[in-house]
Amino acid sequence: MAPIETTLIQLALTVLLLPLAGFVLLIFFGKRIRRQDLIETGLLFVALAISIYIMVQKVFFISAPQIDFTFRWLDLGGMIGRPGFTIDLGIAIDNIAAIMLVVVTLISALVHTFSLGYMQGDVRYSRYYAYLGLFSFSMLGIVLSNNLLLMYVFWELVGISSYLLIGHWYEKKSASDAGKKAFIVNRIGDFGFFIGIMIVFTQLHTFLFSGIFSGIAQGQLSGPLLTAAGILIFCGAVGKSAQFPLHVWLPDAMEGPTPVSALIHAATMVAAGVYLIARVFPMLTAEALTLIAYTGAITAFISATIAVTQNDIKKVLAYSTISQLGYMVMGLGVDAYSAGFFHLVTHAAFKAGLFLASGSVIYAMHHEQDMRQMGGLRKKMPITYWTFVIFSLSISGIPLTSGFLSKDSILAGALAYGLLSGNYLIPIIGYAVVFLTAMYMFRLIIMTFHGEPRDVHKFEHAKESPKVMTVPLIVLAMLSFFVFYSFNPLNPDKGWLLESVKKPESVVPSYQKYSWDFLHVQLVEKGAEQPGVTGGGDKTINTNPYEMELERIHYTGLELSLFLASLGILTAFLIYHWKKIDAEKLKQRVKPLYNFLYNKWYFDELYGATAVAGTLFLSKTFAWFDGNVIDGAVNGAASLTRVWSSFSGKFDHYIVDGLVNFSAWFTGLLGRGTRRVQTGRVQTYIIFALIGVIVIFYVFKQF
Amino acid sequence: MQYQFLGIGYLTWITFLPILGMAVVLLIPRANTSAMKWTALAATVLQLVVAAVIWINFKPGLTGINDPNGFQFVEKFRWIDLPGVAWFGHVAVDYFLGIDGLSIPMVILTALISFVGVIASWNINKSQKGYFALYLLLDTGMMGVFVALDMFLFYVFWELMLLPMYFLIGVWGGPRREYAAIKFFLYTLFGSVLILLVMLALYFSVSIKDPATGQAMHTFDMLAMMNPQNFDPNSLLAGIGTYWRYVAFIALFIGFAIKVPIFPFHTWLPDAHVEAPTAISVILAGVLLKMGTYGFLRVSFPIFPDAILKFAYPLAILGFINIVYGALCAMAQTDFKKLIAYSSISHMGVVLLGIAALNTQGVAGGVLQMFNHGIVTAMLFLIVGVIYDRAHTRGLNEFGGLANQMPVYTGIMTVAFFAAIGLPGLSEFISELLSYLGAFQAFRWVAIFSSVGIVLTAGYMLWTLQRVFLGQLPEKWKGLPDVNGRELVALVPLMVVVILLGVFPSIMLNPMSSTLNHLVDFVHKVGTGLTAVK
Repeated sequence: MAPIETTLIQLALTVLLLPLAGFVLLIFFGKRIRRQDLIETGLLFVALAISIYIMVQKVFFISAPQIDFTFRWLDLGGMIGRPGFTIDLGIAIDNIAAIMLVVVTLISALVHTFSLGYMQGDVRYSRYYAYLGLFSFSMLGIVLSNNLLLMYVFWELVGISSYLLIGHWYEKKSASDAGKKAFIVNRIGDFGFFIGIMIVFTQLHTFLFSGIFSGIAQGQLSGPLLTAAGILIFCGAVGKSAQFPLHVWLPDAMEGPTPVSALIHAATMVAAGVYLIARVFPMLTAEALTLIAYTGAITAFISATIAVTQNDIKKVLAYSTISQLGYMVMGLGVDAYSAGFFHLVTHAAFKAGLFLASGSVIYAMHHEQDMRQMGGLRKKMPITYWTFVIFSLSISGIPLTSGFLSKDSILAGALAYGLLSGNYLIPIIGYAVVFLTAMYMFRLIIMTFHGEPRDVHKFEHAKESPKVMTVPLIVLAMLSFFVFYSFNPLNPDKGWLLESVKKPESVVPSYQKYSWDFLHVQLVEKGAEQPGVTGGGDKTINTNPYEMELERIHYTGLELSLFLASLGILTAFLIYHWKKIDAEKLKQRVKPLYNFLYNKWYFDELYGATAVAGTLFLSKTFAWFDGNVIDGAVNGAASLTRVWSSFSGKFDHYIVDGLVNFSAWFTGLLGRGTRRVQTGRVQTYIIFALIGVIVIFYVFKQF
Repeated sequence: MQYQFLGIGYLTWITFLPILGMAVVLLIPRANTSAMKWTALAATVLQLVVAAVIWINFKPGLTGINDPNGFQFVEKFRWIDLPGVAWFGHVAVDYFLGIDGLSIPMVILTALISFVGVIASWNINKSQKGYFALYLLLDTGMMGVFVALDMFLFYVFWELMLLPMYFLIGVWGGPRREYAAIKFFLYTLFGSVLILLVMLALYFSVSIKDPATGQAMHTFDMLAMMNPQNFDPNSLLAGIGTYWRYVAFIALFIGFAIKVPIFPFHTWLPDAHVEAPTAISVILAGVLLKMGTYGFLRVSFPIFPDAILKFAYPLAILGFINIVYGALCAMAQTDFKKLIAYSSISHMGVVLLGIAALNTQGVAGGVLQMFNHGIVTAMLFLIVGVIYDRAHTRGLNEFGGLANQMPVYTGIMTVAFFAAIGLPGLSEFISELLSYLGAFQAFRWVAIFSSVGIVLTAGYMLWTLQRVFLGQLPEKWKGLPDVNGRELVALVPLMVVVILLGVFPSIMLNPMSSTLNHLVDFVHKVGTGLTAVK
């Protein structure tokens, strides 16, 4: 390993351990240290600085695709003549890990800063910062892990920090319920993830990604089992990234403090699922990827339709998060790997911004979250308002924003995929969601910031938030412009980010790949003729039908999405701002549909009636069975023994003892009978003796 | 001989130190209860010290199981020698102690839990003399089971711990203590009879050369019973895969299964736990249950390798039933102690699943799970004890909001609960992982269905956590004090072990692994009738 690489690994470990140190410090000495909050925040800024250094080094100066550090964690030895059982773990820095390091530490540091204002005076202030530290540590662990096991370990740890933070105000039943729901629903996804890991490990005997990929490339795991492993690992992502059908926990998770929602439930942890798919991307078969694409598309659609009807400002953003995560998952599924990852990065910035801005509104409105009580806040909170608009433009995909670049790449990928594979539904949904996204975002802006204040009392007390809260907003708003990712506002392909995040080569057997992944095409680009050499300037480009399709539809797709986004914004203005269309009347006209969407497609009710009720019923039945049947059998055996013993007691008393007593009585009787023989007179005895002699004489005569 | 103190071997010390303590306790005048407590504490602390010395001197990498040279700290001499007793012939019983990688975790566990148990017994206020005397006797019985290598001796220790347990539950227990104590006693005795029968059958089937005279004689030496060549050709249990060997295996299995406990022999456990005083619940769940699975690995598997290979699949299915059935029953409980009791059943299922897999990772995971579950479940019972001492109720629905009232307690509880859920970074995660990995390799579908347990466990544990610790504090519990120093002395060492083994499981796995590999190897080779491995 080159010295710089060793340094980078050491630095990465430092970044990983800094937040953990903060956590330990605050948990054990939280009461004794003053300004614990500043310590934890400071640690995160140090981590951010180091992360930026690592990223710059890795992305721009180190050509090796990956810097790896592996150590042996467990060695159980083995039997003679069989391979031993060992577990290797480690960390690795490649481009996506380096970029994610910066994303996580950046958002985390900003959220820490924002919380200085938002959480001031909270009952468990130092506990809050401790848990944020634990979360940051676990999330960085996911980013750096070079193997499935460590990934799973940190996966569970982010789950637990999320549980603790959602339930931060655990005195409220709804908060502790939401934490519990989040953890259990995630566990259901992890159940699949765990089985996927077991399949991979039993077939390939390693958890290391590099080992897994090379094993699959050598054909040690293929066919339906490989597809199953991919899908099962994806189950973990379904849970964590709140994909259909396990998306129900994320909206409830909004019970947590708003900065937590920004950090964990919008920007980083929920994106971990997407990151996981990106990590295992080379081992996903075409079937698995197709399933992933459909899951993402369905999720994006369902949650966007729900978002249109919600009135709680955080709930709208939660559904929008689910929808955007659906986009990312869909992007990976349709083979647009770089686009999916790109959207993860841009989304982290603008969605964290949206949540923090909504936090700023909620703070100003004294913890009011219902948009129907808001309105007119534009004048009172200009910074919050304008940053909110920028974030919304970005998520809607309006040119010059970062969201435009990344979302458009995904949509182009989906379109190319649809055209090539015949799965037209996916691009159709993808574009429909563009319209819905723009519409619900601007509905939110109009209801919150425009028009007349609806709760005058709260409105009068509302004022712009302090600097610790607005500065993070401004930073995130700046990061929502295109220039940080690509200098071309319309095409990100040549930007540094997409240049450094290339789709990894698939290792699955070619019959399990997408058709275009093994049908490589060589294009020859005619160069300028040079004297004496024919075709000297020709460039050979390796490409495939997918790339060619992307190239072809780029501008069509772009125009389509731009048109739909503008239409969405226009609709929102028509209904909620200019009130050309009466929202109430519209509601009445489509009442069944409205109710269906407003009640979130009745998923909670469905799960409550089936899975939850079913489990509780089973548990009650089993407990009854245990107490009455099994224990009944034990007690029954006991009473049977008692009955038997009382019977045998009686038997003993009357029959056995009766026989004994009878024989005694009989002996007595005999005795009493023969007693009369003992007369005491010699004559009688002589007669008996004589009779005896005669009897004996006759008896012996017989022989 | 090495490893002696005052001419007596370490294993004898660690086993009989509590008996010494008991003798002292019996000599103390009745009124001086605090001297009894301190004596009991001193005995268990010394035992823990000896355990630490053994741990430090234990050499990983040796085999054990059937290999006399693989055992460490061995003490062996003639205990009973009766030349010519009726048709028994020459009866000889050895005082044969020794430990290998299978017993070392159990020895450490027993010493640690016994120590913690004394601290948890501190506020016993009814005839302390009897209590501590019986407690120490129990301690000797448990430790003896884990170090005995002669089956007769093993059986003596096994029975020795039964009686004190009966009295400890029956005299110092809750309202239904007599029912629970008798149920426990009869159930276990029923199992013991089966073990006794198999022991005798083995005794009459196995012959070795008397090292002193060179004559053939029967033996109770378990190591000798593991060698198929020692079986008399026409004896009941001779051969490989014969009918009576399966019968004997099943009888032995039931004897041990009652202790684990395995469905459907488990219903003594919830009653015993609910009625037993806190410290006895801790001992019961922390150590006693492990004697069952230890019995499988020490006695059943190596003596009947052919049978376990045949019955591995049913055993795994029983493991699955324990996991899922136990978890679902736990979910329905409203008594805190009963809930933990059922969760024990569920977690012991993981041990079964792991050891039934009969591969390196499965067996290692199972044994590690025995240790980890012992620690975690001891913590859980202590935790229940803490609020029971204060509130005099264990009803889950009567609490709420304790997090604000007792923050330190809640912190420790959170670690224990998350360990029970199998959170990475805490000890049970790695043992469950290894057990499942092993089981998955051996029986894929059973392992998959069993992993439903990880969801269910999270469900009932978090629900319990929510009902007791989160939400609003009822008015009547406003005065509950947080954990005191004594309770912390019991809880903190266990918590440290949970975290330490969660991050560095090799501490415990390294001493175990070569013995367990040898066991797996041995079972596969001898069980299929290949050869006797040395």
